[in-house]
Amino acid sequence: MSQDTLNFIFIGLSFALYITIAVRSRAASTKEYYTAGGGVSPFANGMATAADWMSAATFISMAGTVAISGYDASRFLMGWTGGFVLLTVLMVPYLRKFGKATVPDFIGDRYYSKFARGVAVVCAIFICMTYIMGQMRGVGVVFSQLFGISIPFGVIIGAAIVFAYAGLGGMKGITYTQVAQYCVMAFAYTIPAIYIAMALTGNVIPQLGLIGNFTMSEPVLPFLEKLNNINSELGFQEYTSGQMSTINMFCITAALMCGTAGLPHVIVRFFTVKNVRSVRRSAAWTLSFIAVIYLTAPAIGAFSRVNLIEKLNGTAYSDAPAWFYDFEATGQMAWVDKNGDGVIQYCGPAKSEAGTFSVFQSKAPIYPSYDAPENQRIGMHGERLLASKADDSNPNELWFGNDIMVMANPYMAGLPMWVIALLMAGCIAAALSTAAGLLLVLSTSISHDLMKKIIKPDLSDREEVNYARIASFVALAVAAYFGINPPSAFIAKTVAFAFGLAASSFFPTLLIGIFSKKMNRVGAISGMLVGISFTIGYIVYFQFLGGHSEQLLWGITPEGIGFVGMLLNFIVAFTVKAFTGDAPQHVQDMVTEIHIPSGAGQAHNHDFEI
Amino acid sequence: MEVDHPRAHRRACLKITLCLLTVWFTISFGAGILLRDWLDIHAPKVGGAPFGFWMAQQGAIIGFVLILIVFACLMNRLDRKHGYSEER
Repeated sequence: MSQDTLNFIFIGLSFALYITIAVRSRAASTKEYYTAGGGVSPFANGMATAADWMSAATFISMAGTVAISGYDASRFLMGWTGGFVLLTVLMVPYLRKFGKATVPDFIGDRYYSKFARGVAVVCAIFICMTYIMGQMRGVGVVFSQLFGISIPFGVIIGAAIVFAYAGLGGMKGITYTQVAQYCVMAFAYTIPAIYIAMALTGNVIPQLGLIGNFTMSEPVLPFLEKLNNINSELGFQEYTSGQMSTINMFCITAALMCGTAGLPHVIVRFFTVKNVRSVRRSAAWTLSFIAVIYLTAPAIGAFSRVNLIEKLNGTAYSDAPAWFYDFEATGQMAWVDKNGDGVIQYCGPAKSEAGTFSVFQSKAPIYPSYDAPENQRIGMHGERLLASKADDSNPNELWFGNDIMVMANPYMAGLPMWVIALLMAGCIAAALSTAAGLLLVLSTSISHDLMKKIIKPDLSDREEVNYARIASFVALAVAAYFGINPPSAFIAKTVAFAFGLAASSFFPTLLIGIFSKKMNRVGAISGMLVGISFTIGYIVYFQFLGGHSEQLLWGITPEGIGFVGMLLNFIVAFTVKAFTGDAPQHVQDMVTEIHIPSGAGQAHNHDFEI
Repeated sequence: MEVDHPRAHRRACLKITLCLLTVWFTISFGAGILLRDWLDIHAPKVGGAPFGFWMAQQGAIIGFVLILIVFACLMNRLDRKHGYSEER
């Protein structure tokens, strides 16, 4: 049986499973559509939230980011897990007690203002859009791998499937489908890791292999030392030492953590359980399930780096393993024979005087069109030629996208075909589960918060659902466009911006709303506006208007600026509040009320008039 | 049991929250970022990995899970003590 057949069987089976679940547990009422009726068990909700959280970006490119940047990638590992601590101890139990369907609902009521609600809706839409773009890119990468098509086609196919899928079940359907998707994902992620750990380190548990010895070939030495040696030999930074400044590292990690705690689509997940007590238990389950994957990612990253270098560096192109040609064909790896010796050389910035290691002069490889003459497409060793000009300031000849590390891993390690098929199914599960969850929040924000609560309060149920459908279609189309033309080179980076925005808008505003009784609407709104406009301005300036790295504020890159935006938000909110008096008494009473954990069930039910 | 002590409950709840957040900050920003270089050199290695590096890539995450488990247990017990528990 060929690999392709096996891939299709695995993916077909997993799809059949998801659809069966989605159909069986599809939403019977609008309440079930938005929050699954508030009756999901903490364990199931934990698993579903973990699946929602584990995006295609996380699944596909996180291990690759770790492989390339070593210690520096810890910002993603800590940021995306540590945020759950903030989320759980500071936010969700109180928001669950408050008992509204969406995050803008809370902001609108707490700050007794339509304008505040409006700002929150715009932020929510913006965040979900940025986030879903990364997902579409991820879906594109998976499908291009699977069908051997280009990434743009992959993105379009993925968007079509997500649209068909997310409309089916509402929150209830999505939740139970995500439970299944988490299981597929967890197996798909850990099984290859176990195989590779056994091959490289003789240890069954990847996490122990990472800190264990490298035993595949002589001499036996600690695995990380082996990796450091390889890196320094090739002219890269040592794997375990970072090159990012401490302040930048700190800010990015903080922005990711606070951003996590302010992501509307994550907060909403905790509205699906019965009461405050279940929220806390569910959060503990969620993070445990997430940790299974996040603890494996650093191991996969380190292993795949050793594998990649051992398999490709110094190998003649004609002797390269078969998977290399496949990745070359889909444009995810490229080789430019700069010195004309027919051998693949991979090396880092320390090997050239210019201190660079880019293979070509464009950001991503550009290829000649398919109708170009053959001598422009195929090189003398049979390699795929690029239209991008070679960067001759350094000797590095091998380019590969961050995104392919996880996908290429099983091939590199020569794992059995079914493991590869399982991995494909896992990638698709990751992309689908997150995209579906996001799309639901996005369409709810537009139909419920924007149309119903602000623009047309007399909207009927039917119209509201129609608006939700139109919104999700438009959102997907926009997301697909940016998935094809990503504003940033790597998936993980694109997603990092969503966190900056969440950190500078929702996190501080919700936190103040919960813990400061007297904060008034003017303070909160000005804080939000300042925080988010500062953050967007900074990101846009450096990402799209070509700001130079010398102009960075204290050397903080756009990924970490959300943290500064958050501090600004706090400062502005409290300063303005000092001049404008306290919030009205009924709002203060409401805040006192949300600190009492019992009675969430009643408060929850009557608000779903839709 | 008396049901109405929102103030005492709120104070105890804040105490738990702040303690856990201190631990959260220490294991992630403290050990993983700010003190990493010092810990890499001076603290004992975890297997073959320098301590600070290991904390940043593995230790902190394990710590976060433990924090949430402790939080759920302590808070749910606190709610019961003050009569806010909904499981009777």
